[in-house]
Amino acid sequence: MSIRLENVSYRYLEDTPMAKEAITDVTLEIGDGEFVGIIGPTGSGKSTLIQHFNGLLLPSSGKVWVDGVDLSAKDTQLRLIRQKVGMVFQYPEHQLFGETVLEDVGFGPRNGGLSEGQVVERVRRALAYVGLDFEELKDQSPFELSGGQKRRVAIAGVLAMEPSVLILDEPTAGLDPKGREEILDEIAALHKERGITVILVTHSMEDVARLVSRLIVMEKGKVALDGTPLEVFRQAETLKRLGLGLPQVTELMHELKAKGLAVNTDILTVEAAEEEIAKVMGWQT
Amino acid sequence: MKGQPLVRFTNVSFAYAKTQTREEWRALADVNLEIYENEFVAVLGRNGSGKSTLAKHVNALLTPSAGQVVVAGLDTSVPQNVWEIRQKVGMVFQNPDNQLVATTVEEDVAFGPENLGVPSAEIQRRVTEALEAVDMLPYRLHPPHQLSGGQKQRVAIAGIISMRPKCIVLDEPTAMLDPAGRREVMHTIHRLNKEEGITVLHITHHMDEVIGADRVLVMDQGRIVLEGTPREVFSQAELLHELHLDVPQVTDLAQRLRKRGLSIPQGTLTVNEMVMHLCPSD
Repeated sequence: MSIRLENVSYRYLEDTPMAKEAITDVTLEIGDGEFVGIIGPTGSGKSTLIQHFNGLLLPSSGKVWVDGVDLSAKDTQLRLIRQKVGMVFQYPEHQLFGETVLEDVGFGPRNGGLSEGQVVERVRRALAYVGLDFEELKDQSPFELSGGQKRRVAIAGVLAMEPSVLILDEPTAGLDPKGREEILDEIAALHKERGITVILVTHSMEDVARLVSRLIVMEKGKVALDGTPLEVFRQAETLKRLGLGLPQVTELMHELKAKGLAVNTDILTVEAAEEEIAKVMGWQT
Repeated sequence: MKGQPLVRFTNVSFAYAKTQTREEWRALADVNLEIYENEFVAVLGRNGSGKSTLAKHVNALLTPSAGQVVVAGLDTSVPQNVWEIRQKVGMVFQNPDNQLVATTVEEDVAFGPENLGVPSAEIQRRVTEALEAVDMLPYRLHPPHQLSGGQKQRVAIAGIISMRPKCIVLDEPTAMLDPAGRREVMHTIHRLNKEEGITVLHITHHMDEVIGADRVLVMDQGRIVLEGTPREVFSQAELLHELHLDVPQVTDLAQRLRKRGLSIPQGTLTVNEMVMHLCPSD
């Protein structure tokens, strides 16, 4: 299922003296099954952009199509679009409300009219995707879980709708490094095994370097860069101007090259850096 | 470090009360800790390890279930001391939007000293100084909600500086910020520590933010399980992984290259250090 934006602009508080354009003339297409990272400084339009992907915001001008459906058309049922395009907001655990994990995660499917048996099956699967055990947790209050578990339950609530596209806004903020890595690995597995499209908004260059196949960089409401992580991280000057920087190992390779060491700077992971330095310095492994 | 510690924890335990679905939960277990004036202490630990509970004991938001916390000679368990302790120890939290209260930056920073009954001419001077210290003076008449996350956190810090505290406790102040905002806040904290002599207790999940600290504490299950300089702590990569933590990418790389027989010192922390080790001729 693809998402297509054509010349999309969005103005908050349009027709008032406070009007402010948050994204300007954005044209882009996200194809079926892509794993896309979106980065950019605060205020660059990332959140406004992703809210167009499931019709939470409709463009002030321009058009958005999801799976071929024009979101601004009068007869479009946005409710159906939002079932296909799931959105996990920042700190999603703030939106937990159920008395039990089963009630909370099952809320969407139950509202969608599934039978209780189907709801339970959906909840079981959704919890498994985020590494949680249904039997252990189903009757527990989500509010009594640890921070990392709460975050996972909240994500499971979106997954229980079995969306074709999953959008996550900073899903790992405030988690410890292990929790961060686990959640991101679970999302990557979901992408790989179920083939769903994943769109990840993040401030971590290391995470996008490791995970995504395409990286979109936002600047002042426009797409500044759009390419593979390697292509984007070659634009060190642009990233620096935006205050974004490079993954630490990529930065290291640039510095080594500047000192005259003939290293390839197209390096995004610690493993790749290790191999490249070993090769250039002529050691045997 | 010499002299009397500014903050002293003696055999401190703290338990959160039993709820309907959860047993009583011991968040701090027999913690002993001394923090000296002008130190920069960073605290690492997995979610739920007790970091925030520890932090809240430093300015008497929580008081020990057992043991004693003394701040600048004042026992935090004595109710009459709380007012004075909170003037000496200010706290900055994760979410900048929950901390700003006024309609302009200037009023927000003035809120603390006004509450202390500081004369208005003196308040003006303190607000100017505090905003200068966090590099936000040009924004003094701006509404806080229009600032970036990094700027909001700096205003929150200025609000604390204006109370003239001895110590600032920061509980994941950069978790919600973009990379530029994180750098701004870290730069500000380090400057206050170096130039104004303010003691800093900085809690974070970002390994790179502890590199400039004098001392790092690693917490797990309510205890301090590892303590040392950043170099000493990051030399324990395996232990850190067991504790759900990490090391900076460069430190990880250095260790891998060491295993291949290259002589890179353990606990290499920064890109610059690594460049010096690999290109020593410079």
